[in-house]
Amino acid sequence: MRTILHIIQKEFIQITRDKMMLPIIFVVPIVQLLFLVYAATLEIKNIDLCIVDNDLSTVSREITQKFEASPFFVVKGKTFSVEQSEKLIETGQVDIVLNIPHNFEKDLIRNKKAGIQILVDAINQTTGSIGSSYCNQIIFNYNKNIITKFSDLKTLFEIQDIKTINIEHQFWYNPDLNYKVFMVPGILVILVTIIGMFLSAMNLVKEKEIGTIEQINVTPIKKHQFIIGKMIPFLIIALFELAFGLTLGKILFNIPIIGNLWLVFLSATVYLFVILGFGLLISTLSNTQQQAMFVAWFFMLVFIMMSGLFTPIESMPVWAQKLNLINPVAFFIKILRMVLLKGSEIKDIKNDLFYLFGYGVVVFSFATIRYKKTN
Amino acid sequence: MNKNKIIKVKNLVKKFGDFVANDNLNFEVEAGEIFGFLGANGAGKTTAIKILTGLSKPTSGEISVAGYDIYKETEKIKRNIGYMSQKFSLYDDLTVFENIRFYAGIYGMKKQEIIDKTESLLDKLDIRNHKNSLIRSLPLGWKQKLAFSIAIFHNPKIVFLDEPTGGVDPVTRRMFWELIYDASNSGITVFVTTHYMDEAEYCDRISIMDKGKIVALDKPQILKEQYNAANIDEVFVKIAR
Amino acid sequence: MFLNIDYQNLMTSLRVKNISKKYDKVQAISDISFNAEKGELFGLIGPDGAGKTTIFRILTTLILPDNGEVFFENLDIIKDFKKIRQITGYMPGKYSLYQDLTVEENLNFFAAVFGVKVEDNYYLIKEIYEHIAPFKKRLAGKLSGGMKQKLALCCALIHKPQILILDEPTTGVDAVSRKEFWEMLQKLKTQNITILVSTPYMDEAALCNRVALIQKGKILDIDTPENIISKFQHKLISVKSFDKQKLIKDLRSYEFSNSVFAFGESIHYTDKRQKTDVKEIVEYLINKNHKEIKVEEIKPNIEDCFMDLMKK
Repeated sequence: MRTILHIIQKEFIQITRDKMMLPIIFVVPIVQLLFLVYAATLEIKNIDLCIVDNDLSTVSREITQKFEASPFFVVKGKTFSVEQSEKLIETGQVDIVLNIPHNFEKDLIRNKKAGIQILVDAINQTTGSIGSSYCNQIIFNYNKNIITKFSDLKTLFEIQDIKTINIEHQFWYNPDLNYKVFMVPGILVILVTIIGMFLSAMNLVKEKEIGTIEQINVTPIKKHQFIIGKMIPFLIIALFELAFGLTLGKILFNIPIIGNLWLVFLSATVYLFVILGFGLLISTLSNTQQQAMFVAWFFMLVFIMMSGLFTPIESMPVWAQKLNLINPVAFFIKILRMVLLKGSEIKDIKNDLFYLFGYGVVVFSFATIRYKKTN
Repeated sequence: MNKNKIIKVKNLVKKFGDFVANDNLNFEVEAGEIFGFLGANGAGKTTAIKILTGLSKPTSGEISVAGYDIYKETEKIKRNIGYMSQKFSLYDDLTVFENIRFYAGIYGMKKQEIIDKTESLLDKLDIRNHKNSLIRSLPLGWKQKLAFSIAIFHNPKIVFLDEPTGGVDPVTRRMFWELIYDASNSGITVFVTTHYMDEAEYCDRISIMDKGKIVALDKPQILKEQYNAANIDEVFVKIAR
Repeated sequence: MFLNIDYQNLMTSLRVKNISKKYDKVQAISDISFNAEKGELFGLIGPDGAGKTTIFRILTTLILPDNGEVFFENLDIIKDFKKIRQITGYMPGKYSLYQDLTVEENLNFFAAVFGVKVEDNYYLIKEIYEHIAPFKKRLAGKLSGGMKQKLALCCALIHKPQILILDEPTTGVDAVSRKEFWEMLQKLKTQNITILVSTPYMDEAALCNRVALIQKGKILDIDTPENIISKFQHKLISVKSFDKQKLIKDLRSYEFSNSVFAFGESIHYTDKRQKTDVKEIVEYLINKNHKEIKVEEIKPNIEDCFMDLMKK
């Protein structure tokens, strides 16, 4: 135990003495939260909309008003001709066409069912899928209003002709459709991942490069002591980063922290177990810091891109979505959103936590086997 | 009387694939001796020193170091040896004292013992004013002396020095050797590899390796007479050519 | 007009005048001056950190001196650096070979850099290259230290330079390869190439025509190895006894002792007095209970001189 403490002490001295470390620890979270949350948001405002209202009824006018009032849509045109509206989409002047057919209100009252058509310009997938789900949302809300008005009616109208619309659960727990709230947990995950993976991957390689690893290998230090002693400082730093990032998120974006903070840090610890294991594995496979850097980048990029933070998972092919089963980043983003935004409890996330823990055991075992004191 | 053999190597063979790095080495080192281990680049010195320090496992052979078996008691061996390599084994972003504390700590030395011994070491090396200086700010010669002192700080039975004196000025080199004599006098066995053939003459006995084999092993004086050479450099060239 | 030509100077290949260089706060070299004659093998001898590499980096136009002048074949290193690079062959300390190219590819590459073909100057490197030719398809990174050194020398020579600068070519190379390397340099000298070589090994000084002994950025002395040795002012005594360590201590505490250095199996001793009394030393050691005492006067070597100059 004392041996481990000696290693931890040494690591901390070296980390604090590194002139780049303080800026990394404090500037990275600030920059990421300030810029990425704004820049990398999936929130799409100002979706250009054309409304084709051939019904000109009370209901259709009310729906039109809802869209006009929404901050997400700009009603670029109104027309009675479907052909003309399609042309607008083709020429890229509008992103979405809302087509309310003739007799819409009549059908609604007579058949208790009616259809609205939404035409989506699918070239920009993000705008398309998000725009259409916004439409969905607005109509859905309108639905609910009518349901409460006429409580005997079950469904008033349904939407036709929409491909791949999935109202994501985030809308439910993010009632103002505030994407910042949605992004912050994701950015925090990236932050913790960068710090954890890079620092641990570079550290052991550095000892290889300067040759001190040989000196360590001839001492009676045991493998596990060395690895634990090396990893604990990074665990502490990464958890500190998370705390720092959460504080910034609260101050800057007033993100809701509904769940238990202890649960947040517990799951972060389990997650970091996986990430530090990856870092360690990378450093046992590399001989130079440069190699370690490249490999760490590779994993980071794949994990983050696949995680659905910047691109919707729904627009990925099914096999790619399945691949996220081995993506710890996706798991932790999910857990963090659940706990922070939804207030999920341990029973809700325990399966994911066990999964991550098992994952960590596998990665760490690989790393420990690869790190040989003898050859 | 049979003197205490602290290193015993019998039929040591180390192969990397088809390449035989150590081809049936046999030698013994006596306790308290300064044993020079010489050889050309790629003769197999580093491979052998790695096996003796437990960094590498031999393909076959019977080897004991400090009385322990190299296969079964590696951890015990590691407790009883010190090691200093040609690359610097000190952390250059730590201070003199932090390096001492770290290495002494992982050998399980007690806090008070570390502090007391550090004080006397600082005086001995005359670097009291540099106790809290970063290693990287020290001149090369000081670093080497300090690295050696740290390698024997936990009072090992044997210290392995892998080309310890590269590049320093002749005066510093001699001061370094005086430290080695000190250690040897206090009972530590010194096992040293070097490129400086003239340094071989500081050793009690030397072995010369060539192409994985030990081709000569004796007191420097005797080897010089045997090969009719003025110095070990000549002996070496006569053997290796 | 012609009368002003300094014929002596025409033979001088390299003139270094009062150069200094400071890195941040560290004075790497100060006020270094020396000349090297055409076809001379000139050695810079000194430990790591003495400033050898800094001098070579200035001579090869890689860095500028803070002050002072350097002329190569009457070309100024600052104004004519492009011409100088054409006529200089440089072999840096860590052999700048491409470890992931083969022997052949390395050689072709360095020839191409200087716009020559390997065949053009092959006669110059033939003898050296033949040692490594059997391995020409091997990656440079897979060569032994001695072979890397030979390949690096070939690469530095392939454009037929007038001046060859070798930074610690023999460091970390075993005694046999070192010997072979110096033999190669002796042969190159006959091609009228000026060779500058630096080394931390004092014994290699004897293989140079002239040497500059350097310590802490300053030149201690410049001369032929023989002259440097003849300038040694003390009588050098070699002392041996059974207990070498006690011998060092006792000699140091001897009242007339000037310097005491271990030299392999013996101790080199110099005395403060004008006339060293060998008998008295022996008596002193007998009084100190030394056994198997052997005392004799010997000729100093470069290392003795270097240590003596360091003291001053």
